[in-house]
Amino acid sequence: MNDAGARNARTKLNVEHLQAWYGNHLALKDVSLAIPERSVYAIIGPSGCGKSTFIRCLNRMHELLPGARTEGRLVIDGEDLMKVNPVQLRRRVGMVFQRPNPFPTMSIADNVLAGMKLNGVGVDDAEVRIEKALVQAALWDEVKDRLGASPMSLSGGQQQRLCIARALAVEPEVLLMDEPASALDPIATSRIEDLIHDLKQDYTIVIVTHNMQQAGRTSDFTAFFYLGELVEAGATAQIFESPREQRTEDYVTGKFG
Amino acid sequence: MRRPTDTGTASAAGLAPPPPGPGPGAAVATGDRIWDIGLVAIGSGVVLVAGLIVFELSRTAAPAIDSIGIVPFVTGSDWDPVSDRFGALPFLYGTVVTSAVALTLALPVSVGLALFLAEMGPAFLRRPVSFAIETLAAIPSVVYGLWGLFVLVPVLRSPVEPFLARTLGFLPLFRGPPIGLGYLAAGIVLAIMILPTIASVTLDVLRTVPLPLREGALALGATRWEMIRISVLPYARPGIVGAALLGLGRALGETMAVAMVIGNSPGIHASLFSPGYTLPAVLANEFSEATGAVHVGALAGLGLVLLGLTVLLNAAARLMLVLTTQRFMRRAAA
Amino acid sequence: MGRRLSSRLVVNHLATALCGAMVLVALIPLLSLLWLVVSKGVGGLSLGFFIHRPVPVGEAGGGVGPAIVGTFTMVGMACVVALPIGVGTGVYLAEHGARPFARGVRFLAEVLSGVPSIVLGVVAYAMLVVPMKRFSALAGAVALSLVMIPPLARSTEEFVRLVPPSLREASLALGVPAWRTSLKVVLRTALGGIATAALLAVARGAGETAPLLFTALNNQYWSLRPDQPMASLTVQIYNYAISPYESWHEQAWSAALVLLLLVGLLNLGARLALRDRVGGRR
Repeated sequence: MNDAGARNARTKLNVEHLQAWYGNHLALKDVSLAIPERSVYAIIGPSGCGKSTFIRCLNRMHELLPGARTEGRLVIDGEDLMKVNPVQLRRRVGMVFQRPNPFPTMSIADNVLAGMKLNGVGVDDAEVRIEKALVQAALWDEVKDRLGASPMSLSGGQQQRLCIARALAVEPEVLLMDEPASALDPIATSRIEDLIHDLKQDYTIVIVTHNMQQAGRTSDFTAFFYLGELVEAGATAQIFESPREQRTEDYVTGKFG
Repeated sequence: MRRPTDTGTASAAGLAPPPPGPGPGAAVATGDRIWDIGLVAIGSGVVLVAGLIVFELSRTAAPAIDSIGIVPFVTGSDWDPVSDRFGALPFLYGTVVTSAVALTLALPVSVGLALFLAEMGPAFLRRPVSFAIETLAAIPSVVYGLWGLFVLVPVLRSPVEPFLARTLGFLPLFRGPPIGLGYLAAGIVLAIMILPTIASVTLDVLRTVPLPLREGALALGATRWEMIRISVLPYARPGIVGAALLGLGRALGETMAVAMVIGNSPGIHASLFSPGYTLPAVLANEFSEATGAVHVGALAGLGLVLLGLTVLLNAAARLMLVLTTQRFMRRAAA
Repeated sequence: MGRRLSSRLVVNHLATALCGAMVLVALIPLLSLLWLVVSKGVGGLSLGFFIHRPVPVGEAGGGVGPAIVGTFTMVGMACVVALPIGVGTGVYLAEHGARPFARGVRFLAEVLSGVPSIVLGVVAYAMLVVPMKRFSALAGAVALSLVMIPPLARSTEEFVRLVPPSLREASLALGVPAWRTSLKVVLRTALGGIATAALLAVARGAGETAPLLFTALNNQYWSLRPDQPMASLTVQIYNYAISPYESWHEQAWSAALVLLLLVGLLNLGARLALRDRVGGRR
């Protein structure tokens, strides 16, 4: 509804009048948001506010559920991606999930390149790309000697970084993260947060989190959702220190949620 | 973890509803459409097979049904290929009797076994006994028949049947010469063969009994057996009935073991000691040498009767198992 | 009050003992059968038993060579049809889940799994033996595939459904189309389970007798021709067992031992395939 503070940076992803249904239930009501390039945008709100639904609309995974429907525009660099083949959209907008989900039948190296291999696309400089993705995901040093091992031998935090490397290897422009650290212990969580800080130099990141402190630590911009509506969005400092809406203030000060 | 048996476990039967799978929104590329259509095409194979079965059986049985008539065929008690007299009743009778004996023997043993494994017995016994049950299920019918013919029948001939004649001979069930072969032998072998089916489904059903239900009884100071009697068994009853019906369905269709120990004599006799015949057994013995469209047709007609019986029974069994699921869901939602 | 409690405890112990006794009752025939098959059958297992064909009563030697080859051949032929259709139907059921046509197919597969195999033999007889005017290995193989397909479809479906949906999601999120995801992620992960289901179906086919009795009949001679009758271990055991000859009864036990070993190996293979399933090596 209201989006201030993104004026200086170029907008990478423009969400215009997004609506999403589960069957007959309207889960997202007329959401419009401009996400600036190479920034971290946090999506916060209490349970059931629609933040997961929102982020799943951004890579059109929401439509995969039986009975689900979306309307609106998703514009990246002038192109409305609601009109293209969603498969192509997902190569430009990657996603990392709440629970790490590496492919158990592939080695660590093959997992990194899964986005290419599963599509039958040959990779010429495989080793270079694997190393680059794993370095970006801050996992290279820990696995460089066992690239052929099974990913199930890694810890939870390592598996999640592997999933991040896998998403990055496809060279997306936007990276979506749906509560990426909520299944991890605090040490692994802080590693992921450091990683996000480094990644934003090259990628536009949208992160859903139920942890307000995490939003405050990692993001440049924040959007607050409540009951399917975008209540307020803007620079993180402004949202947390001087929110304009009463509902926003109540949430960030812990009065509910 | 428990693996699915190839007759379909309770969870397959009705204790777990099918999840939705990928929604239709997932199909966007042409590759997706081809994949979808290809899958549906393969899936229709089963429909084709079902239609084929009914069609071919009916076609083959037609000459006999036309010349004899359905009701005379099903209720006729004479089976004499030489004089072209074909009545299904002796085989229906034999099938019912042997299956009833089998169920009477197998049900208490299976339920007791399942209760012991699931509720009463020590945990270390579970895997070996389950393994033994799975082994019982994997033994081919003809091997059971071999054992039945050369081990069980002599034992029945003496001392078992004479003993039964002496003690229970006032009942018409236990009269007549104890030759070993007959309804009783077939019933016992069938009981052993359907035991794994009933036991494994009952085990699955017992597992669905909700913990709060059990804990409620225990918290009131009930002994383990009392808890089972008060909480577990009443809840599991439709499921156990379903398991019994599944076992019954298997018993109806068992061919080789029965054919080897039942004596192969078409007739209706009250005594369990007397030889008899069942629907599958007569098919096994007469089909390869049957001549004439009417004889073959009559046998195919028996096949149709057998098909109808087993389908009805399986449907009833699934229904009972679904009832258990619905109860489970309703309680879980409450 | 104390007396009532103690009598309730007695009942409890009695019930436990009774149910425990049921376990023994169930185990006794199993142990008896296995012991007898081994003890009566092992004596007849010689090299000749495996490589010779049956000889007339009274002559020494003879074996079940053609029957063993026949079982392998007909089950193999049945697999050519039954494995693709059975596994394919299972994948279809897992992918199309709750859609109406899939529900119908699932119901039919469930019902067909319970149809007695002898009835399926009659169907194969009508389909092939009648028009060909002869008994044939082909008819036997068709009968076996009718037996194998429905349970294979159901157990394949169960194994494919065990693959966590998060793996499908991960693949789709990488921009992999749905059909490639199904093939290269879901099915690849379920491969161990599918192998298990297939091996169990093969074990089932190898142990069937009734559908072969009037389709493939039997054959005392070596034959690999699909358009001629073919021997099988199961039918051979049956024929030997119901014959009046003691020497043939002995051969029946030995053949039964071979059959149990074959079925046992297949079941063991199925169990091993299960271990290499989702989750990999930990």
